[in-house]
Amino acid sequence: MIEASAAAFVELHGLDELWFQVAGTRCNLSCSHCFISCSPHNDLFGFLSLDDVRSVLVESIEWGVREYYFTGGEPFLNPDLVEMLVTALGYGPVTVLTNATVLKDEWLLRLRAAEEQGPFSLEYRVSIDGPDPQTNDPIRGEGTFERAIRGVEQLVRHGALPIITMARTWPDHRDDEVLGRFRDVLRQHGCNRPRLKILPRLKLGAEVERTEGYADWERVSPGMLEGFDSTQLICSHSRTVTDRGIFVCPILVDQPGAWMGESLAETDRPFPLEHGACMTCYQYGAICTNPSSQFHGQAGETDRGEGGR
Amino acid sequence: MKLAFFGGIYNNYLALEAAIADARRRDAQDLFCLGDMGAFGPFPDRVFPLLLEAGVHCVQGNYDESIGNELPDCQCGYTDPRDNHFARLSYDYTLEHTSPDNRRWLQRLPGAIDCDREGLRLHLCHGSPRRTNEFLWESTTSDAFLDRLIDETGADLVLGTHTGLHWQRRTGQGRTFVNVGVLGRPANDGRTSVWYTLLQIQRGGRFSVEFVPVQYDHRRLAREMQQEGLPAEFVETIESGWWTTCLEVLPSRERRRGRH
Ligand code: SF4
Ligand code: SF4
Ligand SMILES: [Fe+2]
Repeated sequence: MIEASAAAFVELHGLDELWFQVAGTRCNLSCSHCFISCSPHNDLFGFLSLDDVRSVLVESIEWGVREYYFTGGEPFLNPDLVEMLVTALGYGPVTVLTNATVLKDEWLLRLRAAEEQGPFSLEYRVSIDGPDPQTNDPIRGEGTFERAIRGVEQLVRHGALPIITMARTWPDHRDDEVLGRFRDVLRQHGCNRPRLKILPRLKLGAEVERTEGYADWERVSPGMLEGFDSTQLICSHSRTVTDRGIFVCPILVDQPGAWMGESLAETDRPFPLEHGACMTCYQYGAICTNPSSQFHGQAGETDRGEGGR
Repeated sequence: MKLAFFGGIYNNYLALEAAIADARRRDAQDLFCLGDMGAFGPFPDRVFPLLLEAGVHCVQGNYDESIGNELPDCQCGYTDPRDNHFARLSYDYTLEHTSPDNRRWLQRLPGAIDCDREGLRLHLCHGSPRRTNEFLWESTTSDAFLDRLIDETGADLVLGTHTGLHWQRRTGQGRTFVNVGVLGRPANDGRTSVWYTLLQIQRGGRFSVEFVPVQYDHRRLAREMQQEGLPAEFVETIESGWWTTCLEVLPSRERRRGRH
């Protein structure tokens, strides 16, 4: 019992990634596994305005933020999204997480042009939950596999190399087979350099209804952090901006206790890993980060030597 | 004065030999190597005599830390199963063919070097100043982030390698980061040459950076890789100049420049 009452705290090592929940909890889809229960009717979190985004971008400079992520809900429902992405590309690399069902050619043209203006990557991450409608549609809705694949084709036509992310709804040992099949499917649709990323399920929000929530014992205890590289956790290097303030991470926005403040400075304090979802991060690492920005293994902080006399 | 910086040798002793000769020809006073002596190529032990003979000052890369301490993997941090499959093949080969003496030498290398030339403060690291195996890609590294990293070192100029692609940026605040490139394999540009970096420093600390392509006997390297039973995919990269593996960690800009 003593163990359970003491929380494990994680410090903000550095603000490497800044998340903008630009569409709040508003989405054109209502996936049955959505960990923040987004839907056309969920108004818990609203849209961020262009001014909100601009002022946080300015504030982010002194924090040395490396890259910016835009998420929702469905970010492209926010009428200012394209302008936001263009603005953010003036500050650093940008990633947008989309279901790819509402994309417009004119937006993609403008975004490609903006990307070419500077040195930074604009990454599109497209959620499709399996290589076929049979796997995807029961979760994301009738016809969504087809629609998302059209979106991927559209992105490829505009010169993008989308990263397809899928939430794992199959046993771990089938990963290779699923990845192989998905690669073939994407090639058939003109995406000849398929980039795929499997995400663990987060047992929060709508997913709790679909399957189950976290059990009481699924908690990270202080002892578990001993010898553990906590820089693997998103909360050690990021924060999430919403219309209701700044939260610890993109995963817990609608969970109690995840609100950290109104300015970035207020959120520079340790966070207690009291949530079941923290266990998923503990097991899988920085699940929300792009592969190009992840580091694994124990290669650690560098010790300095004197050489090169 | 001129300084030469090599990165990522990846067992490519033929390119290292050519680069050392080239740097000498251009009057480089000091030679540095920013780590990752092993991986990818054949005959790991042939790299060490060249480094020692030329008096190259070396920083420890993630690969060197792994080989030196006989860790289970190279700590390159790939997340894709195919990338990891190939990383495993070259790691097992390199570990098996690196002598105990050379492993001990790798184990003792410093994780970073700080030095001062003509009033210019340099910080030499492998991946990033804060982490040996952090990838600093050109297209995923903001100026603000570079300023933060460089600030913490107290240097004017930070040099690293690790990604395999050379690039440089001077931030609005006047700090500079240089990825010196690698000698181990081509820069995913369809050319067989590999790259190192020359830094010319004037009195008073003004400096200029030049990326230098190196031609070497890549056909011989390809032959020796085949003889050693290394993967055909690796040989293809040496012969074509296009990366065939470790592709999933590339950001989209860098990936689009390549063929695969
Ligand atoms: S998982 Fe994504 S696409 Fe599905 S409802 Fe949630 S936000 Fe929308
Ligand atoms: S859910 Fe993950 S990122 Fe969020 S606080 Fe818990 S461990 Fe950190
Ligand atoms: Fe490395």
